[in-house]
Amino acid sequence: MKYAFFLGCTIPARSRNYEVSARRVADKLNIELVDVKEFICCGFPIKASDQRSSEIMAAYNLCLAQEKNLDILTLCSSCGSALTEAAHHLSEDDNARDEVNEHLAGAGLKYEGNVKVRHFARVLFEDIGEDKIKEHFQKELSDLKVAIHYGCHYLKPSEIYDGFDEVEAPRSLDELVKLTGAEVVDYQGKKKCCGGPVLPVDENVALSVTKEKLDNIAVTDANAMCLVCPFCSVMYDSNQKSIESEYDTTYNLPVLYLTQILGIAMGFDRKALGLNMNVVKTKELLSRYFSKE
Amino acid sequence: MGNVDLEHADMNFRKELARQPGGEKISACFMCRTCVASCPISAVNDRFHPLRIIRMALYGLKEQVLSSDFIWLCSSCYACQERCPQGVSITEFMTLLKNMAAKEGHMPAGIRAQLDLVKGEGRIYPIDDFDNKKRAKIDLPAVPTTCGVVKELFPE
Repeated sequence: MKYAFFLGCTIPARSRNYEVSARRVADKLNIELVDVKEFICCGFPIKASDQRSSEIMAAYNLCLAQEKNLDILTLCSSCGSALTEAAHHLSEDDNARDEVNEHLAGAGLKYEGNVKVRHFARVLFEDIGEDKIKEHFQKELSDLKVAIHYGCHYLKPSEIYDGFDEVEAPRSLDELVKLTGAEVVDYQGKKKCCGGPVLPVDENVALSVTKEKLDNIAVTDANAMCLVCPFCSVMYDSNQKSIESEYDTTYNLPVLYLTQILGIAMGFDRKALGLNMNVVKTKELLSRYFSKE
Repeated sequence: MGNVDLEHADMNFRKELARQPGGEKISACFMCRTCVASCPISAVNDRFHPLRIIRMALYGLKEQVLSSDFIWLCSSCYACQERCPQGVSITEFMTLLKNMAAKEGHMPAGIRAQLDLVKGEGRIYPIDDFDNKKRAKIDLPAVPTTCGVVKELFPE
């Protein structure tokens, strides 16, 4: 199994813990990730202001994968949705493809319309499967009680995702986390947004959305959060301290990437999974899974 | 909300919207408020109210909608769109309004900054040598610090 590895903008700059843990897990599962250094922004951040340019950027990235005869694997849910949406639209609508190709001609490229885009978690759930993942586990993550955050663009808009999971009753991440022996804790508002896209518009509104979910998790016995998108992590991990001080409250809730949780179960050490880069400290919670530290 | 002032309404706005992706089905809205009940933004801030925005658009309040700050509070989470019993692509409709507003020069500063950065540098977080040093330290491959292709994709 081989994919063009689409990192996007946030991951290489701000979420190296996600990247490093994903590379370890992929390697263990024999998923070859091909780095394409020419990839640019997926287009998602400018969809609100300039949808046409957004699709041109997405199509440019699809073209680079096409040149290598590979499908694309993403770690970021927003990158996943921007690229998947463009892939869908441009495979179905010949006129739209012709229009986009006029721009791509400037870069000497032409998109044919056949590249597929997959989020890493979807590949694990759909293609690798329970048995092959469990084969590589060395540790049972009992005592870990995880509140899962699906985020929005991993699953929505549903019309572009071929029904790989249910928007109103998602289970893919629950099932992947449960494989490790961790307990999945349900909470109110589980399917809600992190607030991230509103951050450049109104920080207070964005952080109130983030806070609502942290409050809803705080009343359960969850001792960690699990997510699959670097921007959701910016909201829950990087901004957790500022929400605590703004609202004079304390969560101290470690926020882990799915790939870090799977990586712990696979026996990788703390640094190999970038756990030292998580903003909310994970050491106390996870010490039982690492031997001498 | 007070009375709706229709004196400056643009009755063609509804048709203009109906011709574009996201705006095709807004007249099917029967005001059930499923969108509002599903909206994570409406839950924390009453300035954002999807149903009200759809009504304003249908009433032809073009200028009021496009120059508003509230359309930009939509987080594009798709909760409303997934649940709309009338099949209105509400999230895509919000994107359409934001795009039209941007074309007319109405854009929050943070959104404009993102647009300039992405179309200028090809990335929302441009990478510098310091980033690449940090990447090298944990055996991650270097990422380019410049992006020339955006000038080819978006000439001028």
